[in-house]
Amino acid sequence: MTTSEVQRAIEAVWRLEAPKVIAGLTRMVRDLSLAEDLAHDALVAALEQWPADGIPRNPGAWLMAAGKHRAIDQLRRRARLRRKHEELARELDGGPVSGAADLDAAMDDDIGDDLLRLIFTACHPVLPTEARVALTLRLLGGLTTEEIARAFLTPEPTIAQRIVRAKRTLAKANVPYEVPRGEEREVRLGSVLDVIYLVFNEGYSATSGEDWVRPSLCDEALRLGRVLAGMVPEEPEVHGLVALMELQSSRLRARVGPNGEAVRLLDQNRARWDRLLIGRGLAALERAERLASEAGPYQIQAAIAACHARATVPGDTDWTRIADLYARLVVVTRSPIVRLNHAVAVGMAKSPGAGLALVDALIAEGELDTYHYAPSVRGDLLEKLGRTAEARVEFERAARLTRNARERDLLNARAQACGPSSR
Amino acid sequence: MRFMVMVKATKESEAGEMPSEQLLTEMMKYNEELVKAGVMLAGEGLHPSSKGVRVRFNGKDRKVIDGPFTETKELVAGFWIMQVRSKAEVIEWVRRCPNPMQGESEIEIRQVFESEDFGEAMTPELKAQEERLRKETQKKQ
Repeated sequence: MTTSEVQRAIEAVWRLEAPKVIAGLTRMVRDLSLAEDLAHDALVAALEQWPADGIPRNPGAWLMAAGKHRAIDQLRRRARLRRKHEELARELDGGPVSGAADLDAAMDDDIGDDLLRLIFTACHPVLPTEARVALTLRLLGGLTTEEIARAFLTPEPTIAQRIVRAKRTLAKANVPYEVPRGEEREVRLGSVLDVIYLVFNEGYSATSGEDWVRPSLCDEALRLGRVLAGMVPEEPEVHGLVALMELQSSRLRARVGPNGEAVRLLDQNRARWDRLLIGRGLAALERAERLASEAGPYQIQAAIAACHARATVPGDTDWTRIADLYARLVVVTRSPIVRLNHAVAVGMAKSPGAGLALVDALIAEGELDTYHYAPSVRGDLLEKLGRTAEARVEFERAARLTRNARERDLLNARAQACGPSSR
Repeated sequence: MRFMVMVKATKESEAGEMPSEQLLTEMMKYNEELVKAGVMLAGEGLHPSSKGVRVRFNGKDRKVIDGPFTETKELVAGFWIMQVRSKAEVIEWVRRCPNPMQGESEIEIRQVFESEDFGEAMTPELKAQEERLRKETQKKQ
């Protein structure tokens, strides 16, 4: 291998192994920042040694051992320091602090559990959502600060600061490094799933910027979801989320037209849907349905996505079932956006007029004032009812509200297609 | 990005020899690792080419040719579809694979086309054609 090939190989190994190494080291030293530093030291050691000695047979174990040695050095130094303090205070009672043997035992535990601890910590509710996202991508995705910044169109220093502050908050709140149990587990798992889906959605329908989709974020979220499903296979909602992401990803290529423009679900060329991902999505949904006594929000959304995936032409879509599923989702989530989607489904299952009545009731409550999807749905229903002048006004309003350039183009085009405005 | 990772055939695999229990165990463990890492999208082993068939095209002619096929080393005995973040990453995963055969064997890594790979090759004419196709399929639906 040439030097640059070795460099690339080390980088790849690092991406694969860093989360496990950081997770293991965090359990040893109980400090995320320190663990990250130690892991980074291990990487530096690899960069020095591997080009000369070749990549070890088990690079993950090598990195872990290198990080561990540095951790032990650190802990010894700290212990020495502490002993000094203790001597000063004449409180010499216990034996030496944490011997190397204990550390060895600690490190040999199941690495999967460490990763799980790490993801639960990164998605801890004491952190603001943005921080959970940044920390998860950094620690479990192995993304650099620059990559996260680029993905979220945020300045790099902002992301860097977000991560530093998040680690400080976790340390200050003394968040235990553990997999939560009992009632807390469900809530905390919910937070993990939400963070992963947020990453996915940012890739799937970018809230701002020039691109309509950023598939690499979808891939990363899907990867995290699959990894999580491997760690907690008994949790139906994890399979529900994975199913939802697989099914939505199956449409990624069809969602973007040849000039980068957005293509709506019912206008997509279904021959371009990814059959492999659809198969995986349906299988994951089946797993969720087998495990769940009562369907959670991700499982219901996956079931809706499955209705679309099963229809080879839009005309075959089972809108009645979709409307039923949305009605169930409204009960579980109470979200106005879900209610809006329910209205869309009713508009398809029954009549545009029935859908419009639901949308109007929802808008009257004033919950969707700044959400561009509301006027866009209203415009769509009005257009179907032949009230094109009113529809045009709605599409224009939606175009003004969206922050995504591609979506704006689509909405403006639809407004134009409605003919002249009545004003 | 996705890669098709192909295990090449050997004299033994073409003769229909089944892998040893030890190899099967190791392979199962490896596949588990791939699944746990969210890397493995699909993976299958293939029957020897004696059970295979080729369809040869020449203009409008179609000719069906029964296996086995001779160029053993070029034949595929099994495959994975892996989803990873870089070519270096898929190489690292394949390096970790147990030797899939007894003795010498080879695994070939090929990248799967994604639509953005067509990039420049997607001329305005082709784009327009696809657009037309899309509109037609919409009309039919």
